[in-house]
Amino acid sequence: MNTLFLLAQTDAAAGFDLQLFIGNVTYLLAAACFVLALKWLSAPKTARQGNLIGEIGMAAAVIGALLSHHVVRFEWIIVGFAVGTVIGVPLAVFMPMTAVPQRTALSHAFGGLAAALVGTAHYFLFFHPVAQQTSSLTMFFLCLEVLLGSLTFTGSLMAFGKLQDLLPTRPMVYKGQNMINFLILGAALVSGVVLVINPTLQFMFPVLLFLAASFGVLLILPIGGADMPTVIALLNSYAGLSASMMGFVLQNRLLIIAGALDGASGLVLSIIMCKAMNRSFTNVLFGAFGQVQASAAAAVQKRTVRSSTPEEAAQIMEAAQSVIVIPGYGMAVAQAQHKVREMFDQLTKRGVDVKFAIHPVAGRMPGHMNVLLAEAEIPYDKLLEMDEINGDFPQCDVALVVGANDVVNPAARHDKSSPIYGMPILDADKAKTVMAIKRTMNPGFAGIENELYYAENCLMLFGDAKNVIGAVAKELAASGGE
Amino acid sequence: MNSGDFSSYFYVFLLAAFLGLEVIKRVSPLLHTPLMSLTNAISAISVVAAIEICGLAKGETTTLATILGTIAVAAATTNIVGGFMITDRMLKMFKTRNPAKKAGEAGK
Repeated sequence: MNTLFLLAQTDAAAGFDLQLFIGNVTYLLAAACFVLALKWLSAPKTARQGNLIGEIGMAAAVIGALLSHHVVRFEWIIVGFAVGTVIGVPLAVFMPMTAVPQRTALSHAFGGLAAALVGTAHYFLFFHPVAQQTSSLTMFFLCLEVLLGSLTFTGSLMAFGKLQDLLPTRPMVYKGQNMINFLILGAALVSGVVLVINPTLQFMFPVLLFLAASFGVLLILPIGGADMPTVIALLNSYAGLSASMMGFVLQNRLLIIAGALDGASGLVLSIIMCKAMNRSFTNVLFGAFGQVQASAAAAVQKRTVRSSTPEEAAQIMEAAQSVIVIPGYGMAVAQAQHKVREMFDQLTKRGVDVKFAIHPVAGRMPGHMNVLLAEAEIPYDKLLEMDEINGDFPQCDVALVVGANDVVNPAARHDKSSPIYGMPILDADKAKTVMAIKRTMNPGFAGIENELYYAENCLMLFGDAKNVIGAVAKELAASGGE
Repeated sequence: MNSGDFSSYFYVFLLAAFLGLEVIKRVSPLLHTPLMSLTNAISAISVVAAIEICGLAKGETTTLATILGTIAVAAATTNIVGGFMITDRMLKMFKTRNPAKKAGEAGK
């Protein structure tokens, strides 16, 4: 066994050890802080406090690690800290809120990379002269750690590329894709098993790394933009689990706990996302959305829509008592959230009740819309979840759809042939008037024709969401002077 | 690691996972994005392991391990620093009162 793993036993034999004791206390403190951080994050009022206690926990953990007996050289640690800070601070400070999904994917990649590298370093340290043989259980967790770590690394980089538009966002599919993916995952697992049985087969380790990394790439290839919220949550879970596996390897409870918390969080979020789309994990990961729709879309005959102008839209909304805005990814793309705020202010000033209906999968990551609208300083008590607001649509005068599409498609309720059949939607069609802002009549992200646009109570506002909303707000402002 | 160690660590894992499921379920969907960036910062706890690799005495380690450890410290630090900072930046934006109302009235 490596000296790292002998720590507990040797120190126990040597009697009371203050340094070790302090280290253990800081780790315990850190674990408690992390649990509290997540607990306080549950409500907006205590959330910032939660983040702060999380920071305290992390600081405690880092101090605990620096106090460890094994840490005798500090130069490389300082280099790592410096480089990480230089990259991390600009990523946090200068990044626009619309880029949050990309940044999250990128940070999952960093997390996966760290886990894979630590695992690799541990593996090769087993062969160092001062180290002893490792146990097969340790090897088992080490293999899981690098498997999860490297697939999270490459998978998240792929997700980042898609979200940043460096790669095509459409699902990339080819014949036998699932078969190839399963074969590669199977091969990765086999190489892991071989390493557990005979850890000295050093050449197998890079093979495991390579296979796991390839699987990460291939897993994300067929994922379309609409499925990104689920996939990002899932990668979040994997990043956490790999940290937890690292904890098993090192026999470090703090790593196990923090990783398990993160893994659980990602799992809960991806389950919520799956439910909001009425799809299963396997369907999201291996179903290649976007494919099925070609036939469904072709079946829809040409129908007419009623188009309208921002002026007319402004008049209708001015006369309304209640307006529900339904934001979607289109709002993020057009960066329209600040114009939405202007419109919100104008309408609120006139006593119009304006609320926002947020579908769980609106946008590219869980909670994406809420962050954008909060950035535009729209009070968060106006942002309502699907279940809270769906009952309000029949009484509402205007439902304004800003860059959302599938989440308001009534076909999900009744059209069994539709790929989104069964998905819970926002009942925008039940409002007295529906207004939808769209650039063109092209089908939305999932490539599904939306029958809402052909409904009698629906007016289309063609154009870029930012321009259209801006024009509406301007119109309202002009008439507000009277 | 023997099987006795394993089961005690596995208990810790299970309990933490269940605790996590219960706590996370209660997080408002409003805050799902900050939740993800916060858990991401927390999972950068792997920095602890990376630090221990980097800090090993010369006789106990290899150049490869030190290089990998340093990159791992850098990657984890990026997530810690960036993760907590951006979570705070996001959480600061969530407000109930509408400051814009005053601005709108002032402009009249």
